Amino acid sequence: MRYRLPVLVLAAMCSGACVAQQDTQKEIERYRQLLAEGNPADLFEARGEELWKAPRGPKKASLEQCDLGLGAGVVKGAYAQLPRYFSDTDRVQDLESRLVTCRVTLQGFTPGDAVKNPFSAPGRSSDMEALASYVAAESKGMKLDAPLSHPKEVEAFRIGEQLFYRRAGPHDFACVSCHGETGRRIRLQELPKLTDPKDARKIFTTWPAYRVSQGTVRTMQHRLYDCYWQMRHPQLDYVSEASIALEVFMAKYANGGEIQAPGLKR
Amino acid sequence: MKILLVSIYAALVLIVLNAGCAGGVREGGPDDGARERAESVFRASFTHGNREMAAKVDKQDEVQELCTRYRNEPPKELAEKIESTQAAAVRYPASGKFLGDWRQGEKIAQDGYGLRFTDPDAKRPNGGGCYNCHRIAPAEISYGTIGPSLYRFGALRGAGEPVQRYVYGKIYNSQAYLACSQMPRFGHNGVLTEEQITHLVALLLDPESPVNK
Repeated sequence: MRYRLPVLVLAAMCSGACVAQQDTQKEIERYRQLLAEGNPADLFEARGEELWKAPRGPKKASLEQCDLGLGAGVVKGAYAQLPRYFSDTDRVQDLESRLVTCRVTLQGFTPGDAVKNPFSAPGRSSDMEALASYVAAESKGMKLDAPLSHPKEVEAFRIGEQLFYRRAGPHDFACVSCHGETGRRIRLQELPKLTDPKDARKIFTTWPAYRVSQGTVRTMQHRLYDCYWQMRHPQLDYVSEASIALEVFMAKYANGGEIQAPGLKR
Repeated sequence: MKILLVSIYAALVLIVLNAGCAGGVREGGPDDGARERAESVFRASFTHGNREMAAKVDKQDEVQELCTRYRNEPPKELAEKIESTQAAAVRYPASGKFLGDWRQGEKIAQDGYGLRFTDPDAKRPNGGGCYNCHRIAPAEISYGTIGPSLYRFGALRGAGEPVQRYVYGKIYNSQAYLACSQMPRFGHNGVLTEEQITHLVALLLDPESPVNK
């Protein structure tokens, strides 16, 4: 009897289609849980660790001395404090941008070669997806604490904020078109309100993620590139200043959320 | 007396805070600098793709610029101005016929093709992608909720000429009715043709459409 009332209330609020919706959502949740117990991203993490330690590039050096913000060679916890300002490049950088820097400075790749092939395609894997998985996983369970104190970090936040609301293109879309309200969906996909810490903490901390629909790990850079594709914008440049500014903007609301990356998504 | 002073003080603080916010985000405030910098960062961040596409997003039209500036909540006077200029720009079908074929409308509502940088087939017509945001015909349960449900639209509102004209205008240019609406201006921006829009009008209004059955 204790449980009957809420069920009745729910039933009264829901038409048939609504019940079907809830069932679908429940099934998707169940599927997620099943997969999470054996996230294929594990394989990417392992390959990423190998790549991290392997001597590569013209200088035949590994990435083991790469400074991800906590000092040269410190991987543990580094992802939980990104994006951040780096004095050697005098820029705010996210994980992928920083990996590109280390490929250039430590391994001797040209800047052009260092950003080649950031996103895998059928039959072509991407080192970046593996490296990002490895580094992110080394912050699992830690709370996101992206700094916002250096003037360039504050500047990036303010630019990211402007870009979040910027409408353009044939569909008049901005980030806020899909991510400005709580509890909305595009088709069946739930959309986070990215300026609400409750949503932002859950979402930002689960990238990179293995995407079931794409059969690979996708990074935060890919997520943004894909959003702009859907927004009918041209191709967002990899590790561009706009992409990093948007990440700094999102990180502010996501700070405090526990890193659960690589995540598992549709 | 003390309470009165406290209230006056509180009111003053509120006024100052509000003014600060308004100035900060809207016009003339410190964020104007951030906006300009954001514009140059934006232009510098889309350099590898299609140049024609980039030129179109680099330059916002007046409505996009205003809705960005006011974060989709323009003050009343400005909202009215946007609505009237957008309404004046709606081009209604020369034939005077608003009602197309609901079956074709359903296909357009389902289809999300077009105008993405991987959509090279210019001969294939653009879709409306309506189900991304709206519930429409009841058989499709994979619908979005960014926009309101349109199920039973015609059955609830009637399907006479004024309603047909409204629906056509709303799809052609949503901002003719609501300034800074999140809905794309499908006709105004050339995403959908006049004929495609009449098919969508039929999907919502035709008594034979599954929307109204």
